[in-house]
Amino acid sequence: MSKNPMSASLSMLNRFSGSPLVHRLGLYKPAQAVARTAVRGGFKAGIAVARQFKAVQKLVRPERFQQTTRLSDLFDLNVSEEQQLIRDMAQRFAREIVRPAAIKADEMCSAPEGFDAQLAELGLGQFAVPETLGGAATEASVVTGVLVAEDLAYGDLGLALAALAPIGVANALVRWGSADQQAKYLPAFAEASPPKASIAIAEPRPLFDPNELRTRATIDGDGFLLKGEKSLVPLAESCDFLLVAASLVGKGPRIFIVPRDTAGMTIMADPALGARAASLGRVVFDDVRLPSQAILGEGIDVCDFGELLDLSRIALCALSVGTAQAILDYTITYCNDRKAFGEPISNRQAVAFMIANIGIEVESMRLLTWRAAARAQVGLPFHREAYLARVLCAEKGMEVGTNGVQLLGGHGYIKDHPVERWYRDLMAVSVMEGGLLL
Amino acid sequence: MQLEIPKKLSAFIDQAHMIANEVFRPISRKYDLAEHQYPVELDMLASVMDGMNEGDATGGVGAGKLKQQKSERGSGVRNGTNMSTVLGLTELAWGDVGLALTIPRQGLGNAAIAAVANEEQLKRFKGCWAAMAITEPGAGSDSANIRTTATKDGDHYVLNGEKIFITAGERANVVVVWATLDPSLGRAAIKSFVVEKGTPGMNFVRLDHKLGIRASDTATIIFNDCRVPKDNLLGSPEVDVKAGFGGAMQTFDNTRPVVAAMALGVGRASLDRTRQLLKERGILGGYERTLFGSTAAEAELYRMEADLEAARLLTLKAAWLADNGIPNSKEASMAKAKAGRVANHITLRCLQLCAAVGATQTELLEKWARDSKILDIFEGTQQIQLLIIARRLLGKSSAELR
Repeated sequence: MSKNPMSASLSMLNRFSGSPLVHRLGLYKPAQAVARTAVRGGFKAGIAVARQFKAVQKLVRPERFQQTTRLSDLFDLNVSEEQQLIRDMAQRFAREIVRPAAIKADEMCSAPEGFDAQLAELGLGQFAVPETLGGAATEASVVTGVLVAEDLAYGDLGLALAALAPIGVANALVRWGSADQQAKYLPAFAEASPPKASIAIAEPRPLFDPNELRTRATIDGDGFLLKGEKSLVPLAESCDFLLVAASLVGKGPRIFIVPRDTAGMTIMADPALGARAASLGRVVFDDVRLPSQAILGEGIDVCDFGELLDLSRIALCALSVGTAQAILDYTITYCNDRKAFGEPISNRQAVAFMIANIGIEVESMRLLTWRAAARAQVGLPFHREAYLARVLCAEKGMEVGTNGVQLLGGHGYIKDHPVERWYRDLMAVSVMEGGLLL
Repeated sequence: MQLEIPKKLSAFIDQAHMIANEVFRPISRKYDLAEHQYPVELDMLASVMDGMNEGDATGGVGAGKLKQQKSERGSGVRNGTNMSTVLGLTELAWGDVGLALTIPRQGLGNAAIAAVANEEQLKRFKGCWAAMAITEPGAGSDSANIRTTATKDGDHYVLNGEKIFITAGERANVVVVWATLDPSLGRAAIKSFVVEKGTPGMNFVRLDHKLGIRASDTATIIFNDCRVPKDNLLGSPEVDVKAGFGGAMQTFDNTRPVVAAMALGVGRASLDRTRQLLKERGILGGYERTLFGSTAAEAELYRMEADLEAARLLTLKAAWLADNGIPNSKEASMAKAKAGRVANHITLRCLQLCAAVGATQTELLEKWARDSKILDIFEGTQQIQLLIIARRLLGKSSAELR
């Protein structure tokens, strides 16, 4: 039975004002203000004003990275010196900043205060934005992106997602954005205080398939009307703008740049079981009017949606590899320390074999993910590889998560240990689409 | 980072595939039915392979060439013999794994000789076909517990004991036999001896009737005061308790990826053929829809393909490590464990997907479903691989994690 709109709004408000989270975050006062408008016109979050973007320089043509040329024909699992340097940095950040912040971030559904500033110091945006637009990047860094995602997710998957979602948007703009779009949005990503943005693809629908989007764009005068709903959108409430996947009637899937404060757009928190630190949200588009320039790319340069999905899926795979590795390392230590029947439980094959299997599957997940990324990096077709990596990482990630908790027994089920969080994170990432992009 | 097969190996892989397709496949069913009959077609093939090796400047391929590279700093990344052997065997096993196991001069014993023999022995046993005899009626996975003895007597060792499950044991010219110098000293006293066919006291007892790989013979040999020249002992004759199994086990680090490669070949054969057959039923499998938006049969194909691809990359990694002088014991076992179980699962599931067509002899699917099972057993069962991996991951000795 459907509720009438008023009753739905009230029931939502009731939950919101009763939430200890709202109080803890000091959001009660602003929430009350929001509440007044919410009853009138739906539930719109709008606590902060979205950042305004303006092109300070004009680009004649869009900046695109040259295809990376293969330096060698050989099978080689080594990472380059430069990649190793970035990895060292990311790993230290994951160890010292991300992992200690993870428990609270999961609870609060957001990164801790000061995290954005620490993240900005890491300067990941610099590696995404081309030199001409104020960054330091000279080529697409698909492989480096995978390594960084893996390393950050080793610290915490949700925070890694929060950290990398804006980078994914920058990557998409470099890959497909028009000259004007690049000039307007990209330089900000290389600044000391980069914008928040993410890619919204997933929709709240069982058996969701990104190739059958329900979110629709119709041509309306010299612009578009956007209608539909997105879920599992990282940083939804705090974003400055979103890249939204919608089916353009008569044309097929397109990506639209949608500023946060666009009229007709409703954003609400929508916490999932995992990846909570990424402040996942739901976004409703109710006949949102967009200008013609809102479509990502232009003319024949329009965004390749299939490629976007694949680059996004590889990134999500990399997150699951990092978290699965965290489970492997944690269970090794735990099972070597934990004694039962007078000896470490890892002396038993029933326990040891589970750990061996986690080891095998984590390495399997990693190699499939790396291969897809390495192919994308040098311009080889990579759809099949990305697809298979996704299949494997979703299935084995779930297996590693559940076995990780099992190995700790009751201790795995309580929040004194991070394994139950990793279990939730691996499950959440296995159903995500979008959010990240390499 | 680059996870593609180097182009320089593609001609070689094509050759191996051609052999699989043109030589193995046409006689595959014939020797499955005619168990214990020697596949004469392989003599010609072995000569061709020898010729290929002689003309190969990159170090050659095959069981007799497997070796852990000594690390040479600054010499750059190498894709060498381990990788090419793994890739070649994958293709041959795609043709027929039973036949691949019985190619003259490509026995497991050849790998053992290559791994631990000294220069003189390498020269002396060059060109021989060497089988490997480890398992006994009372000791399989527990190979440290073998009971066959080798007693020093002047310039000879005298062997006594029973060996079973010897692949190509009767067809090979020599058998590398594992025996203990002193059962009370445990694994450190276990040595391997090259015994030439026809040596008095070496008695062939029987050939086994098997579930699969029926083109490959599996022999039982009893050694009864069998005298072997002392120079046929491979490696050091000293019993060094510290070094332990060393030499013997080194062989496995090199051969496990090769057995994993065979599993990849059989698995891919089943998957390739099943895809063809399902296409006729409208199952296209073009990676278009999500896993759960696909038909059940398609989703099954995707899952199997993803697992097979994982096994393939693990195998390439293990071979790559060996080629570049990096210890690979854990990775070799990971490759073997994953490839063995995945190949077995794939062949069984493919048979089911193809229903009666899969189960009957008009197709090779039912044969592959029988062949694949051995790949999760020999060269260390699934469980032995897990034990090795777990010990490495957990930092445990074989006394702690038994």
